[in-house]
Amino acid sequence: MVETGKLSVGLRDFLKTYPWRRIDPVPKASLSKPISECNVALVSSAGFVVPGEEPFSDSVRGGDYSFRVIPDDVDLQSLEEYHHSDSFSHAGVEADRNMGLPLDPLHELAAAGEIGSVAPRHFSVMGAITAPNRYVKQTLPVIADLLVEDHVDIALMVPV
Amino acid sequence: MLARITAKIRPPRALAVPFPLGFPLGEANNRELQTAILRKVLALLERDDVPVLEKFVEP
Repeated sequence: MVETGKLSVGLRDFLKTYPWRRIDPVPKASLSKPISECNVALVSSAGFVVPGEEPFSDSVRGGDYSFRVIPDDVDLQSLEEYHHSDSFSHAGVEADRNMGLPLDPLHELAAAGEIGSVAPRHFSVMGAITAPNRYVKQTLPVIADLLVEDHVDIALMVPV
Repeated sequence: MLARITAKIRPPRALAVPFPLGFPLGEANNRELQTAILRKVLALLERDDVPVLEKFVEP
């Protein structure tokens, strides 16, 4: 795992002083059926946008808390990345969008019968949101409703 | 992902990967590795003793 010692001094200082939210109590959702029967969706913080749709903004104070819908049949490599953080190399995501939204591996698991199915749509949000309240209270409930609408059993969060 | 920070936040289930920031799925175009990581993430769902933070070990 990444150790904080390998990060820039500025980033280390920020991470040390940022008031991280502690989840308490920790919610627990248990499987009601085998994973091999579950419908799975992805939620990525890579800041992906389908070409032609509105980009994420880097001028929203505290971070752009909107989300984008990514259809499952999207041309994955066509997705545009709007994650503005310079605290990490974007080379991996640029070379292979699966690094931020692993649709190809997910489909491989479905083809092998290890999961039941892949959801018809996935979701992308911005990463590096420093003021997450609007994201938690406004954005996530909408995404949750859409996941329910799609009969999603498992939503995997891909942090970028 | 920064495991120490994740442990502070306490999401229900999380997988710590031994890769640099920006590389949560390990390596670009390495489908075998990416699939192995997803498989391990899914396996976390079989644990109900949340919060769970496991380390991914490359096969």
